[in-house]
Amino acid sequence: MKRFMAFVKKEFLHIFRDYRTLIILFGIPAAQILIFGYAVRTDLTNAGIAILDNARDEVSAELTHKLEASEFFEVKYNLGSYEEIDPAFKQGKIKAAIIFPANLGTSLAREGNATVSIIADGSEPNTASLVTAYTTAIINDYSAQLTRQVSQGMPVINQEVRMYFNPNLESYYMFVPGVITLILILITALMTSVTIVREKEFGTMEVLLVSPLKPWQIIIGKVAPYFFLSLVNVIVILLMAWFVFGLPVKGSIALLIAETMLYILLGLSIGIFVSSSVQKMENAIFISFLALMLPSLLLSGFIFPIENMPKIYDYVSMILPPRWFVEIIRSIMIKGAGFAYIWKETLILVIMTVFFMALSARKFNVRLGEGEK
Amino acid sequence: MRKLLFLLKKEFRQIRRNPFMARAIIAVPLLQMLILVPAITFEIKRIDLAVTDYDMSPASRELISKLSGSSFFRIIGAAAGQAGADQLLLSGDADIVLIIPDDFSEGLAGFGKPTLQVLADAVNATSAQLGWNYLVSVVRDYNRDVIISSGLAPSAIPGISVSSRFWYNPDLNYKYYMLPGILVILITAIGLLMAGLNLVREKEIGTIEQINVTPVKRWELIASKVIPFFIIGLFDLALGLTVGWIAFDIPFEGSLLLFFACAAIFLVAVLGLALFFSTMASTQQQFLFIAFFFVMIFILMSGIFTPSESMPRWAQQFNLVNPVAYLMRINRMVMLKGSGFQDIARDMGALTILALTFITLAIRAYRKRA
Repeated sequence: MKRFMAFVKKEFLHIFRDYRTLIILFGIPAAQILIFGYAVRTDLTNAGIAILDNARDEVSAELTHKLEASEFFEVKYNLGSYEEIDPAFKQGKIKAAIIFPANLGTSLAREGNATVSIIADGSEPNTASLVTAYTTAIINDYSAQLTRQVSQGMPVINQEVRMYFNPNLESYYMFVPGVITLILILITALMTSVTIVREKEFGTMEVLLVSPLKPWQIIIGKVAPYFFLSLVNVIVILLMAWFVFGLPVKGSIALLIAETMLYILLGLSIGIFVSSSVQKMENAIFISFLALMLPSLLLSGFIFPIENMPKIYDYVSMILPPRWFVEIIRSIMIKGAGFAYIWKETLILVIMTVFFMALSARKFNVRLGEGEK
Repeated sequence: MRKLLFLLKKEFRQIRRNPFMARAIIAVPLLQMLILVPAITFEIKRIDLAVTDYDMSPASRELISKLSGSSFFRIIGAAAGQAGADQLLLSGDADIVLIIPDDFSEGLAGFGKPTLQVLADAVNATSAQLGWNYLVSVVRDYNRDVIISSGLAPSAIPGISVSSRFWYNPDLNYKYYMLPGILVILITAIGLLMAGLNLVREKEIGTIEQINVTPVKRWELIASKVIPFFIIGLFDLALGLTVGWIAFDIPFEGSLLLFFACAAIFLVAVLGLALFFSTMASTQQQFLFIAFFFVMIFILMSGIFTPSESMPRWAQQFNLVNPVAYLMRINRMVMLKGSGFQDIARDMGALTILALTFITLAIRAYRKRA
């Protein structure tokens, strides 16, 4: 046991001596929190639009004014003709062109209806649908005012909305749990697999194996520092989220930490598994990067909700640990849900952890057998 | 020059000999294109709506059937009171809970103002807002119908309707949007990670010392490290484009030549960065983290997933030195809109300046240690 402790101490020293990696390890979550908190927004502000006003009457002027006044849009051009729309799109300056028909005011007064056209730049579908939705909402509001003027005393249905969990509709509520998930995969799976494979590639693993330490002790000694580092990192992220954005943990912190530890364990066992399957560091990096980083970024539901994806991704993403962990951490942090709501996800993570641990334990022994030849 | 040729031969041989590298060069673009491109969408397919109907009148049933008739909403049943609504939102079973008060039909008949209560799960702010917008418009239509059919209103209620069209991608196919973006991630990953790791690896296992004592000049060594990945990057770009074209029928409106010219400039910038980062790292692990740190920032800030116009001013200024942001924009404009050289000349110029700056920085930082 004393030998083991000495070994663990050596591993800790190894990591803490490498200050560059440490800076980056704490720099990544800090940068991500700031980027997601302040820069990356899924909503829309200041989208450039162009207006083609064929009507030039009171109604079109009023609508233009309403569009200008909203924080969503910035009117960049007042176009003279339909032909000017295409070049404006091609330069990428505007996201949509709004066309008022020549007889807007008169047909509204006489026939009671008129049609405003929106042409949106479909090459950015998300922006296009947001621009269309917001423009439509502004025009509908104006339209509703007109309706109210003539239909005084008519029954009008009111709607009251309460935005649960995120009353100010901030984008970062989605992102903070995602950042934690991403960072943990990075530190646990990627870093451990790289360190272990490194020992193999340089041949120092052989040296360790002939030492009186048992193989499992070596592995535990290797991953223990990363367990510790991950935990510290999560706490730093949670504190940042709290102090920078005022986003506290709504649910039980003890539960959150316990679930995080489970996820770290899972990440570490995946890391050990990867390292037992490959011989070269480059390969370990690529496997971890391709099989772990990109899917956890894109397929875990952290930025893109899974329910909007084609059905098959719903099934494929089930084998990705981040998918379940994002769900867990989002429920605890933001919704304040208790264990009763997340036991299923937790159970899946437990099963995955056991599976990878068993697998890498077997693999590791096989490799040892070869080494004895 | 002949020395450079020998070095290049050596590099290509090493790449070819490593079966993993060879596979990565082919497999990475295939996987990224085929798996990631169709997955990514912000399109909201359906919103799970729970309705608590305290009124149970023909009017409320009519409203509910209007909602279930719209393609956005899927009625998942009723919530039992406030507690039931909370639970549905907490468990994520419902996205929106609609509560119809017991005086709904009375109010509609003209004895008051009926108020619907809407509770939305807003963890995802964008979908909450869009869901709320859809709900408002369905209810407004219903309200209009009620007023007209009651005969209370004058025959014509003035209203402005909106028709919308989407140019360049009429069906708002997200694949068209993501493919150019994923192509950028692809060549960034190859240019930065593969090239940088290759350099640092020589440092880590000590073979760089051996090269350093040979009469090979600094620029020859750097060129021999950069050129293979430049070629691989362009090759993978072509491969990714072909896969996208075959698998997803992605249109290509603009000029291929312009597209590859921009990608080439971008690759120079990225390889310059790889070289620069490699001088800061002494192990592959360190390099990996430095590279990952910057790649992540570049990609997230580039506007790949989110409209870059919505970002605050400082973030947009940061994007002036972010090569990924330029290529992201250029790719989409050239591929989907058919923008020509004049449309993107400014972005291209800025990218060229960045490329020259990065590569100069890298060469100066790179010391051939004797």
